[in-house]
Amino acid sequence: METTRLIIVAVGGQGNLLASKVLGEAALISDVPIRMSEIHGMAQRGGVVESAIVFGDATSSIISDGEADILLGFEPSETLRALSRCNKGTKVITNTATLPPFTVSIGKGVYPEVENIKELLKAKCASLVAIDAMKLAKEAGSPMSVNIVLLGALVQSGSLGFTKENVIEAIKRRTKKSFLDKNLKAFELGFEAAQNYK
Amino acid sequence: MHKLLNDSPGEKIMLLGNEAIARGAIEAGVAFATTYPGTPSSEISLNLFQMSQESDFYFEYSTNEKVALEVAAAAANSGLRTFCMMKHVGLNVAADPLMTLAYVGVTGGMVILTADDPAMFSSQNEQDNRYYAKFGNLPMLEPSSVPEAKEMIKYAFDLSEQLSQPVLLRTTTRINHSNAFVTFGDMKPMETKGKFIREPSRCVTVPAVARQLHAKLLGKMDKAKGLSEISDLNPIEGSGKFGIIVNGVSFYYAKDAVKDLGIEGNTKVLRLGFSNPMPEKLIKDFVKDCEKVLVIEEGEPFMEEAVKAFAQEAGVMIPISGKSEALFSRLSEYDPAMVREKIAVFFGINYTPKTKLDTADVPEIPMRPPNLCSGCSHRATFYEVKQAGKDMDIICPTDIGCYTLGFLPPLNMGDFVICMGSSVSTSCGFGKATDQKVVSFIGDSTFFHSGITGLVNAVFNNHNFTLVILENDITAMTGHQPHPGVDMERFGLDGFGRVNIEDLVRTLGVKHVSIVKPFKVKKSIEIIREALEYKGVSVIISQEPCALYAKSLKLLKPRAFKVSDKCVDHRDCINTIACPSFYLEDGKVKIDADTCVGCAVCAQICPENAITPLKK
Repeated sequence: METTRLIIVAVGGQGNLLASKVLGEAALISDVPIRMSEIHGMAQRGGVVESAIVFGDATSSIISDGEADILLGFEPSETLRALSRCNKGTKVITNTATLPPFTVSIGKGVYPEVENIKELLKAKCASLVAIDAMKLAKEAGSPMSVNIVLLGALVQSGSLGFTKENVIEAIKRRTKKSFLDKNLKAFELGFEAAQNYK
Repeated sequence: MHKLLNDSPGEKIMLLGNEAIARGAIEAGVAFATTYPGTPSSEISLNLFQMSQESDFYFEYSTNEKVALEVAAAAANSGLRTFCMMKHVGLNVAADPLMTLAYVGVTGGMVILTADDPAMFSSQNEQDNRYYAKFGNLPMLEPSSVPEAKEMIKYAFDLSEQLSQPVLLRTTTRINHSNAFVTFGDMKPMETKGKFIREPSRCVTVPAVARQLHAKLLGKMDKAKGLSEISDLNPIEGSGKFGIIVNGVSFYYAKDAVKDLGIEGNTKVLRLGFSNPMPEKLIKDFVKDCEKVLVIEEGEPFMEEAVKAFAQEAGVMIPISGKSEALFSRLSEYDPAMVREKIAVFFGINYTPKTKLDTADVPEIPMRPPNLCSGCSHRATFYEVKQAGKDMDIICPTDIGCYTLGFLPPLNMGDFVICMGSSVSTSCGFGKATDQKVVSFIGDSTFFHSGITGLVNAVFNNHNFTLVILENDITAMTGHQPHPGVDMERFGLDGFGRVNIEDLVRTLGVKHVSIVKPFKVKKSIEIIREALEYKGVSVIISQEPCALYAKSLKLLKPRAFKVSDKCVDHRDCINTIACPSFYLEDGKVKIDADTCVGCAVCAQICPENAITPLKK
């Protein structure tokens, strides 16, 4: 099976690791080989959290700079920072809702314009899907579902080799029962938004 | 039931490396487990701690790694299958018992896990603990993947029993923190009650005994070498004139690279999973019919130097390389593209890597450094110490925990840190070596770990400094593990003792002890000032639970504050305490009500009293 390398970047607390676990479960259901690597510890105190997920036959569990086939960014400036992981064939999916770093919040740094971020990503990579996942998560009933909205967009546009139904089953198995309805709605909204993105 | 306790052989499940290792220990019938938490090992012990509450095996969070290893050494000499796990630098703390336990050996299987951290994702150094195996004469196993880690710990117990010797299992962060599919195996029944058989000629290491034991140990290592020579853990894949010798996660990077470079037909790869003692004959035979050999290992040239020595003895004069300017570094961790490139360079293979993007026109992206949490009591304590000592020339030795982040601006409270507990003892040295005022910081768990002996030293040698013990009721940094000062009823557990830090400090002979509640700013500054002026050893205990932990226990009900119209934009709040709940909107300071927990420290320092509770 062909290898697909996915990098997910997020800010601590955005639920990146849960999204990775859902993808892992979906891969298990779909019988797709997968290896994932994540960064814990000090990095979690408000820093960047990164997951690397390798689908298919390659045996390594991390992804080198320039070698991501898909980049999923939970926060636009972090998506841009992760450009070093991409090449001109990389598909990029990003949230457009910003979480400015504290340095910016207190006026000690300038946050790039989101439109500029989108233009750069589009110009340098193979394709771009940019959606306001926070808005859609709120529409689904919980700002906590940003991760699942983005998962929907990823599954629609990422060609990961498993079906939407299997990802929905994985969401059912891996996320909290009390959040299930909101998460399923969030997933659909993300999927649709990616489908309709121009 | 805990998911790792399911007696369901054949079940395939996605597990974190650390979960797989914990499961492997259960499948091996582990009866006794001890640890001090430390990234990247912490989830192994966390899972064992949880499982021990619904199983028969014994688990404890020990006060430090030396204690953990000694507790475990007794269990392993009572015939029990015993597992002791720690991060790499933890093994330095446990090195004293380790070296002589190797002489004494064990009667039950004993596995000591060291979780190394190449690239230092959350560590103060990237030491290569394979040298402990060589130094102490311990057989060592190193997995290359998550599923293999689970299988390897089971073999490690068998091997330990076969040799009557503790076995070192060495992982790296990319094993501990990777996820992969793992298939559950059978669970060996646990034997949880041991018996110690008196055997002074083996267990009492006076010189006359130890001399005998050292000779016996070398004999055991000879036997281990024989096993390493024929071990399935040291497989050779492929055949050809290009030789690669590799360990750990680099094995899979090399495997992918050989395929990507199309050199499968003329390359053979020896993976060393049983890497101490090294299989000398296997390696000599391997290098004999190679034209060139590349050794791929993160960290130090542990295998490379041995391979070169074996080749010399075998009279093999081919190029053997690993660490060099043109090839591999001793720094950081490796990655698949780097390994591919170095293999291509060494064997002279034409290869064009994927073109990286030109990012010259990408605007500067603001950094996102880690920060103390909103409502973290450490921030309040740092601010208060700074205020209390603002007219003094202060040095701040600090220690290992979340509060190490206090060294960042604008707090700037942290000048020296080398290892767990060093805040206290280095304060002794700074106090004598300089005329500067010394104020040091240590967390409660770290104080129990290795701060106490430094404080005894300070009292005995009449040192001059102020120690601030940050008592937040938990081991916060590594994910909220208990420590000896914690009320275990909060974990729903009874039958535990509890050590009161204030009583302990007074008993050690510290004459000036004060308690502050850091969210009472003015009062705390007054108390701290008095402690700073004291000549001799003074201790301040700053008591406030970790905000994250208190929230998770629902002990803390967040009550957000807001900035009112009275604000005239001094920005003392942002500029001096820099809580991450602040942000600027149209040039005005605002507070994010979703993250503010209501510690009210900013409200107490605002000169205009402009920060007030947000009324619902």
